Formats: sequence, C-alpha cells, structure tokens
Amino acid sequence: MSQATLFDKIWDLHTVGTLETGETQLFIGLHLVHEVTSPQAFQMLDERGLPVLHPERTFATVDHIVPTDRQVRPLADPMAEEMYEALERNVARHGIAFYGLDSDYQGIVHVIGPELGLTQPGMTVACGDSHTSTHGAFGTIAFGIGTTQVRDVLATQTLAQTKPKVRRIRVDGRLGPGVYAKDIILSIIATLGVKGGIGHAYEFAGTAIEALSMDERMSICNMSIEGGARVGYVNPDQTTADYVKGRPHAPSGAAFARAEQYWRSIASGPDASFDDEAVLRAEEIEPVVTWGINPGQSVGVSDRLPRLTAVTADERDTAAAAYRHMGLSENDPIAGTPIDVAFIGSCTNSRLTDLREAARVVRGQKVDKRVKALVVPGSKQIAQQAAAEGLPEIFTDAGFEWRGAGCSMCLAMNADKLVGDQVSASSSNRNFIGRQGSATGRTLLMSPAMVAAAAVNGAVTDVRQLLN
Amino acid sequence: MNDAVRAVTVGRAIPLPGNDIDTDRIIPARYLKSITFDGLGEAAFIDERAAERDAGRTHRFDDERFAGGSILLVGRNFGCGSSREHAPQALQRFGIRALVGESFAEIFSGNCTVLGIPAVRAAAADIERLQALVEQDPSTEVTVDLDAQTVTAGTLHCPATLPEGARHALVRGTWDSTALLLAGRDRIAATAGNLPYLNAFAG
Repeated sequence: MSQATLFDKIWDLHTVGTLETGETQLFIGLHLVHEVTSPQAFQMLDERGLPVLHPERTFATVDHIVPTDRQVRPLADPMAEEMYEALERNVARHGIAFYGLDSDYQGIVHVIGPELGLTQPGMTVACGDSHTSTHGAFGTIAFGIGTTQVRDVLATQTLAQTKPKVRRIRVDGRLGPGVYAKDIILSIIATLGVKGGIGHAYEFAGTAIEALSMDERMSICNMSIEGGARVGYVNPDQTTADYVKGRPHAPSGAAFARAEQYWRSIASGPDASFDDEAVLRAEEIEPVVTWGINPGQSVGVSDRLPRLTAVTADERDTAAAAYRHMGLSENDPIAGTPIDVAFIGSCTNSRLTDLREAARVVRGQKVDKRVKALVVPGSKQIAQQAAAEGLPEIFTDAGFEWRGAGCSMCLAMNADKLVGDQVSASSSNRNFIGRQGSATGRTLLMSPAMVAAAAVNGAVTDVRQLLN
Repeated sequence: MNDAVRAVTVGRAIPLPGNDIDTDRIIPARYLKSITFDGLGEAAFIDERAAERDAGRTHRFDDERFAGGSILLVGRNFGCGSSREHAPQALQRFGIRALVGESFAEIFSGNCTVLGIPAVRAAAADIERLQALVEQDPSTEVTVDLDAQTVTAGTLHCPATLPEGARHALVRGTWDSTALLLAGRDRIAATAGNLPYLNAFAG
C-alpha cells in the first residue's frame, strides 16, 4: 500500500469518514460542470428537493456543444441551444458561477479551471468528464465522474470512493527536439496498456517530467484515463506556483506565501512509498502516431505497423479489428499515410504552447490542397493570447481555419465532424471508432506539431524534418 | 424487502465478444445532446448495429436468439473512455440488469453501481465458457449472485468478484448514495473546516 505520497496526503485530508459500504466519503474541493453531463443531475436534485450544498465550490462553462464558427445565441442547433438554456437556468437558480459564451473566460472546462486559478495544488477536483485527470498536473486528486455522481457532489460536496493503488511512472532524461509531452503519454500508454492503470492513480515523476511546463504536464495527466488510470498527477513545484500566481481565483499577498507552504507540504517526499513503479527514458521517445482504434495502438513515426503475429495473443483481435477499420495493413510504414483532415484542439492539446509549436511548423508553409485543417483554441483567453502573438494569421495564411473555443472535433457534438471514412490527423485524445463524428471515420492521434506537419504534407510526416 | 437490493440477478444472457469496447461505441456522442436520458435504450450500440446490418450480419443486440437477455457477457476493459453515464443508462434502458466481464473501466463500473447494475469480474477462461454456452443455447438461465460471488449457468459455476464497496451497496440496497452521504453532514462541515484552501491557508 502506498504511503506518504501526494495522493495519500490529499486523500487523508479530504476524508470525511468511512461509509457503511466500507468506501471512503471524500470531500470534493472543486467541482466543475459543463452542459452535457449536468442537466439530469440538477433534475435529480430538484426531484428530491435538495439544494446545492456548496454552490461557491462549483463552476460552470459551455464547451462540448458550442459551435466554433458562429458563437452567437441562440445557437443554430436547437438541441444545443436547449442544453445551453438548461445550464443557464440551473446555475442561475443555484447561484453557481458561470463562464458562458458572453464571458472572456469561456472555454474547455479543463482549460479554464487552471486558467482561472480555480485549480490549485492539494485539492480534490471532480467533473462529469473523464479528462478531469488533466487537473492532476497541479498536484491534485482529480477524476471524472458520471451524472449521478455529479448529483452527489452538488447535494453533498462529497463522493463515495475506494482508494486506488499508486504507481509512480518515472520519465528521466531529456526529450529530443520535435518530441513533446503528447509523445511521452502515448509512449506510456503503449508500454503499460490501455487497461494498465485500472485500479491505480499515476504519479508522473522524473527529470523529464520536472522539466515540463504546466501546459505540457496537463497534456500528460489529461490522457491518464486513456491508460485506464482515473487519476494522474505531478507533484507541485516552482513551475506550478509560478503558473497559479496572479490568476483571478489564486490566493494573493500573504495568503499566497502560506498557500505555497501547503503546496510544498503535500508533495510526495523522499519517504513516499508506491505500490509499484515504471521507468521510461526520454531520449528513447520519438514522435508517436496511433494507427488503431484505441490510444494504446501506436508506433514511433519512423516505425512500421506491427505484424499481428508480433502482437500479444490477447491484443490480437483488437489489432485485427483496428486494421479492418483503419484500412491499414501490417508492416506498413506509418509515415506517408495520407490524411484528409487536420485538427489542432481539445483539452489535451489546445493551449498556447501547443499552438506556438504548431505555428512554428506551418509558418510560411501551405496546407496540402486535399486537407481540411482547423485550429480550435481551448479557451477565449488562449485565443486572445495567440492573437497578441500573431498566431491566427500564421495559421490562416497557411490555409488553416481559425475557430472559437470549444471541444469541437475531439468528440464532434457540434457541427465539426469527419465525413465518411476521412482520415484525421488529430491532437485530441481518443481514436475510438466513430469518435470524431462519422461511424466510418478514422483518427490518427499525434502531437499538435505533428498534426501541423501532416497538414502541410497531406500525409503523416516526421515533424523533425520540417523543424530542421 | 428493500426494492433496491440487487443481491441476485437471474436471466438469459447476451454474449458480446471483443475487448476495450469504449463508451463512444456503446452510445455515440450525438445521443448525449439531450437534457434527459429518455430514449437511450434504442440507441445502445446503434452505429455498430447499423454497420453489422449493412454487412449482412446481425449484431448481438438485434439477434432474435438473445432477445430479452438481461445479463451482458463482455471481455476486457469494457466501458473504457468517456465518463458518460449515458452508456450504462442506455444498457439499462435496453434491458441489461447485470454485466459479467473480464474487467471494467472504473468510471463505467462506478456509474453502473450508482444505477444499481452489478458489473462483476470473472476469469477470461470462464467468460469464454459462459459465452460459448449461451451461444450454443441462448435459453440458458444465468444467475449472478453477489452474496456467493458466483456466476452460474447450467452446469457452469464460476467465481465472480466486484469491489467490496460496490458489492455491499448492491447487496444492502444502498447504492443510491446521496442519502448515505448526506447523513454525514456535520462531518462534511468539519472536513471543509480543516482544508487550508477553504480557510485562507490560515494555521
């Protein structure tokens, strides 16, 4: 059993008690809400006549269903408008802060929480969205929940939970040029498997992780869930404190100094013990591209796709299904695979540093004529910061569309969808069948810079060739 | 007897082959664009069912042999991906009352529990035998027993487990957790009172 890890310390501090089921009643310090997984939860509250216990600890935005072209009310899609209105009614009635389309802080829920300074080290964070693990980048216990559990958080600010094991994943060394956080997490998932993290929280540590910016740490924690781990986190350090400082909801003045003390105190110390450990070398990681129908099916960009005989017996059926769906064959090189769509966005990779790296690749280049390419910044704040640096012009000059903030083509709940069996080079997090809005659509996951390179060449390309 | 008790589930089964079946496949995102869970039952696996029809085959959810089946037999890492509760809601509304699988994604199994659906784990070899038995004779009655922690079908009798917290909640009928959690209201306030970030980091 783990001891004295950040996970153990935050867990203990937030433990309300032990329920008769044997589960822990865990206090949730920050609850984030969006329009898709909350309406039924509010309805369940109303049916029981229950108030929201801590409305000041819940914050809401709209991201999943908002259009990214014309962001005006009423929304063109009447079903999307209905969901928007339901959220507006619910937050108004319960006194919950709401960052809607008329706010300068609207954006993807996992982008705006950190941006607003709501996400702080040492918290527990829950949201009706599996990518809530993103907030673990700040040294939090952050995890996704279903709608009935959203009801529980609204009504009680707590959840019934069972404590998982804690696995430390150390990534030591230095990443090469053109290799990013996305490549680290895709490599981890390929190594430990898409179900390797079930029953575990992942602590990401090691010199390569410590060297990452907060944006990059968020990309890694974001995809913990793709490896089966509901929770992934990085211990808070100076990088973390520097990021939080000065944000709208961050502590200020003398309270900030006291906050930093608390944040340091909850990091895993030298006395921490873990249930197990995995180790990767950063130098061995190259740009990674997925070829299949789950995020564990990936290869380095200079590799060929695995032969079925080389895949472990229990992965073979899924690999065969992946080849059928993707129209790819064993032993094909992944580089040179033609693409139809390039998508830079999502809670994984839509932050300012992501857009800067992609812009480095496309500056002065043109998107291949066959490719539809779009950039969807994660939030209005990011869009504004990018504009101040001239990034939108770099993208539009190259032939990308520059859109408003939202989840967009990551899960295609708005009008941004693949058509037919289009192949998408995507900076998002899931290559599941049908994920990007077409049942026969095909998704290749990669870093934003790799998406930019694929857009320019019309095919999967080693971005390192374009950066040289 | 408490209506919420889910200690024993008996019914015919639907074998669903394949591993890593994600919640996007169980219920595509376009069906989440609603403020209720109504109508999700018909949409369970809707794209896969259509694809099977187009290929001249029949998806297990459309297969007459398994019509009315209430126990879903699945592989490994079932329900991975999105946290959407719409997935177990769709299965429940389709008529599924229990799942037996090699393993489940945690958010999915947590969502099953709070809806009163047991998602129990069994060994891969046992699942294979159960699926084969039901394929051969779809009328086979399957029993998922959370007290004994077993799944029984014909002469097959295999161990089946689920996390103790979930098992306790389903056996005692306390899986609707809000009341349980609210009972500790004073302790909730005490915990909040000890959290540095809710108290200006004082002390």
